[in-house]
Amino acid sequence: MHSARVVLLGPQRLHRTLSHAVDSLRAHGMVAAVTAGWEEREGEDQEMREHLGGRTVNLRIWERAEDVMARDPELARALRDRQDRLREQHELYRMRLVHAIEAARELLRREPTPGREEMLEAERAGAIEAVRDLDEFHLRRVSLIHREFEAEWVPVERDAVARHRHELAQILDTCECVCVAGGHVVVLLHRLRLFDALQIFGHRPIVAWSAGAMALSERVVLFHDSPPQGQGVAELYDEGLGAYGGVLPFPHAKKRLRLHDQRRITLLARRFAPDRCIALDPMTRMDWDGHRWHGEPGTLRMHEDGMLVQAGTP
Amino acid sequence: MIATLVQDIERHARLGPRALEGWLHDRQFPVVEGRTVTFVFRGHVDEVKLRHWIHGLATALPFHNVPGTDLWFLAIDVPEGSRLEYKLEVVSRGEHRLIQDPLNKNLASDPYGVNSVVYGNGYQVPEWSIPDPEARPGEIVEHEIVSHALGTKKVQVYLPARFRRSRRYPLLVVHDGVDYVRYAALKTSLDNLIHRLEIPSMVVALIQSQDRLREYADDPRHADYLARDLVPQLETAFPLVGKPSARALAGASFGAVASLAAAWRYQGFFDRLMLQSGSFAFTDIGPHDRGPVFDPVVRFVNAFRRNPGKPATHMYLSCGVYESLIYYNRSMVPLLERAGLEVKYSEAHDGHNWENWRDRLREGLSWLYPGPLWMVYE
Repeated sequence: MHSARVVLLGPQRLHRTLSHAVDSLRAHGMVAAVTAGWEEREGEDQEMREHLGGRTVNLRIWERAEDVMARDPELARALRDRQDRLREQHELYRMRLVHAIEAARELLRREPTPGREEMLEAERAGAIEAVRDLDEFHLRRVSLIHREFEAEWVPVERDAVARHRHELAQILDTCECVCVAGGHVVVLLHRLRLFDALQIFGHRPIVAWSAGAMALSERVVLFHDSPPQGQGVAELYDEGLGAYGGVLPFPHAKKRLRLHDQRRITLLARRFAPDRCIALDPMTRMDWDGHRWHGEPGTLRMHEDGMLVQAGTP
Repeated sequence: MIATLVQDIERHARLGPRALEGWLHDRQFPVVEGRTVTFVFRGHVDEVKLRHWIHGLATALPFHNVPGTDLWFLAIDVPEGSRLEYKLEVVSRGEHRLIQDPLNKNLASDPYGVNSVVYGNGYQVPEWSIPDPEARPGEIVEHEIVSHALGTKKVQVYLPARFRRSRRYPLLVVHDGVDYVRYAALKTSLDNLIHRLEIPSMVVALIQSQDRLREYADDPRHADYLARDLVPQLETAFPLVGKPSARALAGASFGAVASLAAAWRYQGFFDRLMLQSGSFAFTDIGPHDRGPVFDPVVRFVNAFRRNPGKPATHMYLSCGVYESLIYYNRSMVPLLERAGLEVKYSEAHDGHNWENWRDRLREGLSWLYPGPLWMVYE
């Protein structure tokens, strides 16, 4: 279920554009805040509160999930078990992925023989298709784990969860929009999923940034081109909550990606097409108006030719 | 090109002091061109030598004088990416003086003083070792440890930015830790790497010994101090995870020996080791030639090589290729791998010095404790 209106912002710590975004949605009442990605620092939202003129109410999703685990040990065990399965699934996927990516990278590095460019391009397309197939396979496997879990446990019907969902719905009744901050994307994703939060948010507009933007997308992609260990291969982690589709956010892209490396950008853009890979850096903004995306000037997307182009252009 | 530089030096020197002055005025020395580094010295002296600590090269390389002038120069081959610390030995009227290179403003400090340093082509000071205004700084507090083995000791403890008593942190114990902060930018590097999520927030004990050559050379009292006094008391005073997988030891030179020796004596207690330029001298036959201070070290390393056990599960090992210790460190790698450790080994074109150890911190620390880089997007 896509939300009616979504605004994706660049990281907010040093360049705050949140209040401007909320105002632009004509949301002048209370704002529901999700800071579950900050984990045990969830409640340290004073700066955000001040930035929004005090009109926020923190939904305390992280704390509520902790409460659910304490009150419902059976469900807590099942959640841990699901997490273990997802972890193992991810490890297995990664074993295949590094080889598939290396093959695609090597072909992208190779210079074509003059007059036979088509041969190399066909191999490149095949290698990228192999990565896409692998991503899709992984997503199906992950989806299966979620479906089995949901079918067996129906978390929203468990007392501990239902009680918090009821409280959340009451709080949200007083709010005009929801903002979802960044942090630990997996923690944020799982805790929002536990409460089926998107369903409770209803049609309220959502403003999200960093991990918040990632968790709300249809696919959660983890990425870093220059990690201190390993090769820096972007990984499809999980299904997102699906508040919006059509774009994939890459927060802190300037810091985390080698944006000048055309081959890497080409690979990312072609791998995740038709979704548009957006460099969600400070001061950038993408708006979903329910029908189409609008990119604020300076917001860039990764083009299949390896260049960065204005997010709004085809 | 090098011939041209040397010819330029000689030509301007012959034109007289003013011409030479003018030519030298805008130039930085030493000049690095490809793999060649050309050093220049000016002075009415009898001899000038390059004193360095590169194993494999003669320790004193003589400069050449341009006849009839006070100008001396030396061109040597230095591999790309190298860092080379040196001093100039200037001989005048029979008096030998070791000085920093007056024409080189790049300096490197260590507990024994300050050296000139030249960066080979391609070398860069790691940007993560330079203060980043965006990185939240941690703080260093002092803590007292009452030790049955070594008496009462004051220890500096690094607490990461946004330290919370409600969290549990992994622990890293760094031998010569105060020197690591002073000479190897350890605090800045921790602040930056934590900020970048490349390592997790951690508590770091910066230990320092007044008698390191004895205590760090497999002194059983030191191992007892670490495992029975320091770590348990830190685990009481600070919110630490308190499991082997969240206890790491680190050190350079004799500090690396102390780390390995303690982990070997207390197997299963420390899971992670970062050993830089370890003084792992051993003998396969006959006596060693490194002086009596190495006697206990060689005894320990020989015993360790015979029976390594499993002192840790993860180990980061690094050494400079210009160090005399490179052979010993390289020899450790297959031994450790056979013992079932996950070893990451790294070499650099550098010597036995603090900036070499600084430059490997990112790789070493993130090997011991990988950060939540892939999962956190703030």
